Amino acid sequence: MKAEIKLADGTIYEGTFETRQSAGEGEIVFYTGMTGYQEVLTDPSYKGQIVVFTYPLIGQYGIEDNASESKQIQVSGIVMQTLVEEDKGGFKDWLESSGVPVVSGVDTRALVRSIRQGGDQWAVIDSKAEGNPEGTLGGVISRVTTNKMIVHESMNKKGTIVCIDYGVKASMIAALNARGFSVVQVPYDTPRRVIEQLNPDGLLFSNGPGDPAQMSAHLDDVKELALRYPTLGICMGHQVIATAFGCTVSKQRYGHRGANHPVRHVKTGEIWLTSQNHGYVIDSESVNLSPLEVLYENVNDGSIEGLRHPHERIVTVQFHPEASPGPKEAMAIFDVFEGMIKKEVQHVS
Amino acid sequence: MSAEKKVLVIGSGPIIIGQAAEFDYSGTQACKALKESGCEVVLINSNPATIMTDPMTADHVYIEAMTHEKVAAIIEREKPTYLLANVGGQTALNLALELDASGVLEKNGVEMLGTSLETIRDGEDRERFKQKMKQLNEPLPISTTVETIGELEEFLSVHGVPVVIRPAFTLGGTGGGIAQTRKDAIRMTKLGLAASPINQCLIEMSIAGYKEVEYEVMRDAYGTSIIVCNMENIDPVGVHTGDSVVFAPAQTLSDRMSQILRTASRTIVSELGVIGGCNIQFAVHPTEEAYYVIEVNPRVSRSSALASKATGYPIAKIATRLALGERLDECINPVTSETMASFEPALDYVTAKVPCFPFDLFDSSDRTLGTQMKATGESMAMGKTLEEALQKAWRGAGIEQSPLYPAWMKEAAIATLFEEVNKPTDRRLLAMLALLDRKMIGEDELQRMTRISPLFVNSLKKLSSISQAITLESSSLLFAKRHGFTDEQIAMLTGRDEHEVRAIRGEFGIKPVYQMIDTCAGEFESTTPYFYGTWSGRTETVPSKNKKVAVIGAGPIRIGQGIEFDYCSVHAVRSLQALGYEAIMINNNPETVSTDFEVADKLYVEPLTKEEVIHVLEAENCSDVLIQFGGQTGIALAHMLEERGFRLLGTKADVVDEMEDRDRFYRFLDQLEIARIKGEEVDSETALYESIAEIGYPCIVRPSYVIGGKGMHILHDADELATQKGRFVYPLLVDAYVAGVELEVDCVSDGNTVYVPLVMEQVEQAGVHSGDSTMILPPVKASRAVQDEIEQVAKRIGKSLDYRGAFNIQFVLSEGKLHVLEINPRASRTLPIVSKVTGRPLLDWSVKAALGMTLETIVPKEREELDYHAVKTPVFSTLKLEGVDPKTGPVMRSTGETLQWTLGEPVMERFAWDATTDRAMKTRSLILMGEGTEGWGGTFEDARKFENGMEFNETFAFFSCIPQEAVVRENALKAGALVITEEKLAEYLYGALNQRRESGIHPLAYWQKRGVKVT
Repeated sequence: MKAEIKLADGTIYEGTFETRQSAGEGEIVFYTGMTGYQEVLTDPSYKGQIVVFTYPLIGQYGIEDNASESKQIQVSGIVMQTLVEEDKGGFKDWLESSGVPVVSGVDTRALVRSIRQGGDQWAVIDSKAEGNPEGTLGGVISRVTTNKMIVHESMNKKGTIVCIDYGVKASMIAALNARGFSVVQVPYDTPRRVIEQLNPDGLLFSNGPGDPAQMSAHLDDVKELALRYPTLGICMGHQVIATAFGCTVSKQRYGHRGANHPVRHVKTGEIWLTSQNHGYVIDSESVNLSPLEVLYENVNDGSIEGLRHPHERIVTVQFHPEASPGPKEAMAIFDVFEGMIKKEVQHVS
Repeated sequence: MSAEKKVLVIGSGPIIIGQAAEFDYSGTQACKALKESGCEVVLINSNPATIMTDPMTADHVYIEAMTHEKVAAIIEREKPTYLLANVGGQTALNLALELDASGVLEKNGVEMLGTSLETIRDGEDRERFKQKMKQLNEPLPISTTVETIGELEEFLSVHGVPVVIRPAFTLGGTGGGIAQTRKDAIRMTKLGLAASPINQCLIEMSIAGYKEVEYEVMRDAYGTSIIVCNMENIDPVGVHTGDSVVFAPAQTLSDRMSQILRTASRTIVSELGVIGGCNIQFAVHPTEEAYYVIEVNPRVSRSSALASKATGYPIAKIATRLALGERLDECINPVTSETMASFEPALDYVTAKVPCFPFDLFDSSDRTLGTQMKATGESMAMGKTLEEALQKAWRGAGIEQSPLYPAWMKEAAIATLFEEVNKPTDRRLLAMLALLDRKMIGEDELQRMTRISPLFVNSLKKLSSISQAITLESSSLLFAKRHGFTDEQIAMLTGRDEHEVRAIRGEFGIKPVYQMIDTCAGEFESTTPYFYGTWSGRTETVPSKNKKVAVIGAGPIRIGQGIEFDYCSVHAVRSLQALGYEAIMINNNPETVSTDFEVADKLYVEPLTKEEVIHVLEAENCSDVLIQFGGQTGIALAHMLEERGFRLLGTKADVVDEMEDRDRFYRFLDQLEIARIKGEEVDSETALYESIAEIGYPCIVRPSYVIGGKGMHILHDADELATQKGRFVYPLLVDAYVAGVELEVDCVSDGNTVYVPLVMEQVEQAGVHSGDSTMILPPVKASRAVQDEIEQVAKRIGKSLDYRGAFNIQFVLSEGKLHVLEINPRASRTLPIVSKVTGRPLLDWSVKAALGMTLETIVPKEREELDYHAVKTPVFSTLKLEGVDPKTGPVMRSTGETLQWTLGEPVMERFAWDATTDRAMKTRSLILMGEGTEGWGGTFEDARKFENGMEFNETFAFFSCIPQEAVVRENALKAGALVITEEKLAEYLYGALNQRRESGIHPLAYWQKRGVKVT
């Protein structure tokens, strides 16, 4: 069954529905990692987005237990060149059961070029894509956050971290659990005093989809909390904390989404290859006007990849230290966080 | 970088199995990077056929034997401040270790650039490696290091067989293998200990059935490390990675497994302290998240060349800059020129590599693949599907697919096919295809038998299904093209003509597109002129309006078609560029300099088949093609290119035909009244008998249009004819065998006049393939008059053929009379050597002549004569090829060559003597045996004594020339003896040993300036 992907700029790309025909729309973005399709598709940060895979073969190693980042496929459309049906056929069934439109046979390289030139933009998928694709991600965090408090216990009772859930990935919680911390996952709009009552040893402001402006009503609370507890912000969490301290953000023309983004520690010069998934970025100049300082920068485009507070136990990163998919070296950020919690680190340098 | 840095670069020496053109690529890149950083570069490499040893590549080039003594002498003379030894393969590393051990480095204050010798020892010394991995908690297969058979027996009594035997410090796994029985284990360990320079082997419990995966890592001196690419072998652990079909990136690993291995790789390189490139091999459990570290190579390698070409990331170049102290995040990625070298390439295509084996040349060779590498070269191809990449790489390697697998497999007994599948051979995948195609076995069973990942078995099944369902409808055609089928295959499958298929495809508008290899999956803008063809998406190549010429490369390295042709191709490109042309390179050998995207104006990595070459030419709107620099590969395309309206510069298809078609060739010589040997083409057995009756014994029979004398036999009598005739395929060429001295010339012709730089003289008796011969330049035996006659004959031939460019003539001088044996209307194997020896830019002149310039405007008027001699010596890899007799003959078996120089001394002394010989002679004896050696002196031994092979450990050189002694020769070779099978060579060697003299070392420039002007 023929499928069309229509971009906001009017360009149409053709393909074939791999699963049953269904319409979908969302912000179209591309992912350049060569593995990790299962993690990407279940990552809540991709909520509301149509993901284009640049690697031409998707599905080769099937579906794995425990590789999903959430309970279901989060994206609103999947675009690829070839779906490889591996042995057991699990991958295709899994896609089918999600009801999300899956389009193959697409000239993904040209599509990437369109996105690179026109930017991340709204797109629709349909058998005949009509009208002008128009839309925004809007309050997408509210669609992925937990609706109730969930406790993820760790056997090793090193302490409790409250995770403010903007769309947290399972591996982020797993990384903290593995370090012996219990994690209490709370809805994104949980009032400050509720969090305080939990008496946390640290706070994790998680990743999540869309524009950090979604959180503008909560910035005062975020700032208060961050100043009070050892705080780690990842991706959306990083952007929310930065804006809470007065930084501004801009939308990138096209985001960083892949597993090969080099970041540099601005003081030590140490380089990490990181997993990334973001479409907004902190404005560099705005950091100078805030109490925060740049900790990491992107090697290729110089954009801000991490911030620290010079006197407080606050560290935020734009990249994904929990990886999944992607390189693991940035896991060391969790060590920094642990150090802050144990008061070994008074502020990150 | 300060200008006073003087760096000695050690190359890898002659091409042998396990160490091929990849080190010309890495060495050339390294020299370039050093020069760009302002270093003064001194280079030693004994391989004259390399770009690396061109005067332009380094400031001081030494083409000298790769021995400790020579390198030490060069260090004394040049006083370099640094040594770069990790771009010259195992040869360079071993030399660096020797130079360190002997104190030469310390005495001269030479520091190692890049990865330290300590690190190299940690990677190479099995015991130290084990300790390191243990410290890091990296899992290794249970193993032990042994130096005696007793230690082996101890291990076997606990762990049993099968075991893997890996000799320490050998390249390409020489002397190693998998032993299934105790007896084999003992035998192989004995050989392995002999092969290891430190008499050490690692004995490892077999983990056959695991997936084999490689990681190519880069690390700078400041601790940043990145993975350029990972790769996955189709064959499970047990087949040398150089012998396996390989995909990049890995295809069956989940992200979790990939990251586990990536993290392990980074931990290993940082713990070892690697600076530059490093290759790490893992064995990965087929279903669980478990792995073992198999090997760490802290240097650039064949795999790194493949990874560079598969991704576009220039590993050797960046590794050299890192060795000089630069940071990964400060080196620009030259592909995007927007991003830094501290990132990991993202591919949006699949790369396949297929190895090339020499088995078809030798009927007796054992095709089983194991831990010891047997492939001579490789072909690489990209596609959007596994099947497309695989099929392209197959045909690029010259693998017969008619339409999918060799014709004989269609009729072969099932048992025969199962035999091919049961053990790894070069034909296993094709036999699997045949079985699936004939529905003789299910995928699951095939997977169980071979332990090849289901994904890859599925790919084979898919190819079979497509081939069975194919029709000439638009969608079916397109689908087939996207899975790598050629028009020819489709024609066979649909019972049509190829041109019909092409026409139908044309009507549907189905044509290939060319996409850029940009390292970043399109994420960043890129302008690299590096392309591959595929059948979906949009083309990204934009043909320019410049005047342009396409150069057809030589493809994978095979015996008979080696690195020399890459040398020629690169020079062709450079000359074209210097003359203001846009040079378009088409080649598919990932090892080479010619497939470095910085060489040509545009590079297409595509199989060198008619369909693919034409498609590139069409996409480039390029009508002029140079085929004469790509060896027989280019020549084979001549007819088709001309038929399709392309212009062959300098070479006409008809001339190719005239030279290759024996009847026409002999008529041509007869017309010119040039003496030739008796011979003709026969098309049946009856005709063969008639012809032999006329010509007499001994005679030579061979097929036409072959590389390396494939299928050639010398028949001495009717008995031999009777035993051999069963394998003859007609038409066949029959020639009289004329004993005498073979002489050879490489000439440049403008169609009117011919330039003959010098004559080469073969030491061995006629009948030894010229590629396997020891050549003296200029001759010592052939008189001036004979050389003048050769020049005259060359002139008549060039003019009469109206030939433009480089060509080669082979003669035999018998009883004072000169006969022409062969004319090759193309650049030959020896052209690079003649260029180096004479210091004349013959390649450049050939290109100019091919473009229509006259010699008058190209070649300087005054003639030069050399007051020195150079000797080209063949180098063999026969040791790696089980079942192949080391005896030289009409079938070529050497894989490389070295060049040595001599001034005024007896020539024979030079090629028989060097310091390594000296050392070997102190511990070993000279054994001469076989017919004709009586009365030579030395020790004469009874051949029977050596039949089990081990006594040869004491033998330095072993002479044997009678056919019946094949097994003994093989045993001698395995035990490390120098095996000589030509009487002349033995005589020279024997003479040389008795009157040796040391001689100095001189840079190339010294020789090239010595030409004496004559008028």
